[in-house]
Amino acid sequence: MIRFDNVSKVYPKQNRPALRDVSLEVERGEFVFLVGSSGSGKSTFLRLILREERCSQGQVHVLGKDLARLSNWKVPQMRRQLGTVFQDFRLLPNKTVGENVAFAQEVIGKSRGEIRKSVPQVLDLVGLGGKEDRMPGELSGGEQQRVAIARAFVNRPKLLIADEPTGNLDPQTSVGIMKLLDRINRTGTTVVMATHDQNIVDQMRKRVIELEQGRLVRDQARGVYGYQH
Amino acid sequence: MRAQFVLSEIGVGLRRNLTMTFAVVVSVAISLALFGGSLLMRDQVSSMKGYWYDKVNVSIFLCNKADAESDPNCSKGAITTEQKDQIKADLGEMSVVEKVSYESADQAYKHYKEQFGDSPLASSLTPDQMQESYRVKLKDPEKYKVIATAFDGRDGVQSVQDQKGTLDNLFGLLNGMSVAALYLMALMLIVALMLIVNTVRVSAFSRRRETGIMRLVGASGFYIQAPFIMEAAVAGLLGGLVACGMLLVGRFFIIDHGLALSEKLNLITFLGWDAVLTKLPLVLAIGLLMPALAAFFALRKYLKV
Repeated sequence: MIRFDNVSKVYPKQNRPALRDVSLEVERGEFVFLVGSSGSGKSTFLRLILREERCSQGQVHVLGKDLARLSNWKVPQMRRQLGTVFQDFRLLPNKTVGENVAFAQEVIGKSRGEIRKSVPQVLDLVGLGGKEDRMPGELSGGEQQRVAIARAFVNRPKLLIADEPTGNLDPQTSVGIMKLLDRINRTGTTVVMATHDQNIVDQMRKRVIELEQGRLVRDQARGVYGYQH
Repeated sequence: MRAQFVLSEIGVGLRRNLTMTFAVVVSVAISLALFGGSLLMRDQVSSMKGYWYDKVNVSIFLCNKADAESDPNCSKGAITTEQKDQIKADLGEMSVVEKVSYESADQAYKHYKEQFGDSPLASSLTPDQMQESYRVKLKDPEKYKVIATAFDGRDGVQSVQDQKGTLDNLFGLLNGMSVAALYLMALMLIVALMLIVNTVRVSAFSRRRETGIMRLVGASGFYIQAPFIMEAAVAGLLGGLVACGMLLVGRFFIIDHGLALSEKLNLITFLGWDAVLTKLPLVLAIGLLMPALAAFFALRKYLKV
């Protein structure tokens, strides 16, 4: 699903590499936590998977494709098989909940009939059934993140990338979001989640990958958060 | 891709940048109107050239009795019959001459009356004051000099006039105007394109949230860029339509009504509506394509896809 071979990333005009010689593999259906302090390279790691950036050295394979060889115009095709969720939700404030979810289908050219069918389905799945016509601003943070997850999942991606999805939420709401991500993972979708939330990592007992100053320092099945910050 | 979705995005975008859109429309309209006007001016000049060069003569004006007293060229008195015959014979021998015709003072008076019948000057004129002349048609209008050197200063000849020289001054002026219009158009077009680039930059920035999300869910580059390009194209097309309107209204008021040149200068055949109409598709096409291209190149810089 994801394979990094000796990947390094140096941003222009910066001496210190953001990632140094990282090699790892994530299998289909896995749930992986990505931990590490700020500036450890977590975001760079995710940006490489999304091909927002290209690596400076090594090879990144996602969904069986070598991203270095993937031509620019094929990148959208690749991203359609990924779902993304962020700390700041990234919803469109002037569109309703339903329209926000439908947006992900509209931009890839799904028919209106398909959209009308799948949007309520996925909103039911994330526990927001019947809230299609609400505006994002009327919802709580947890609900907004559920909308974002619905949008990420509506096209049934094989891989879900979550960048601190609970970073803006209180612990109780975070647990709800984690249950939802776990459910999505059980449908066969691979989940890679960067987080600072110690409790969640410790409770879930999933695979943990830890980065420190751009290096892979720990890769542990059924791991815990494991470091103090 | 669904047309309705794209169209609604374009409408939103254009309304959001209403002032910019207006500026783009106006500058595109002005530059294209200048462009069309310049094209039409060229057509007018070349049709006038074709028409008039065919008709231009070199006129050899002969001295009449009035000239003999007032004009130093005619100090040797009015022209005599022998002198007239001699000129005619000489003209007949010249190879550059195609045709020679003689215009008597009475005929000249009649032509004058026909052309300027209403003007007060015409009523004070008598046939005696008109000059006899030879109208020489040349095989090549450029060979005027040959006639001038042969007959200028000859006894009984008041002057040799080349009508083409007068026309060339007029055509030179008209051509100069159309070139000036082209330069002005180029300037306005640059202004318009800069405005478009700026508009695209602003709207790409104000919509970075949407485009960022589009990118994440795998919208193709074309799909993300299309609304911006279409916005520029729609604004440009509006400008083009306004320019077309300006050309049509311009022809109407300059030639038919208002300035009514067709009445004041009834010797000139002005361009018809068909000449204007055939320019409109070109104007519209440029109005559509130039802004779209400008937007496309601006997006490469300001919108990450």
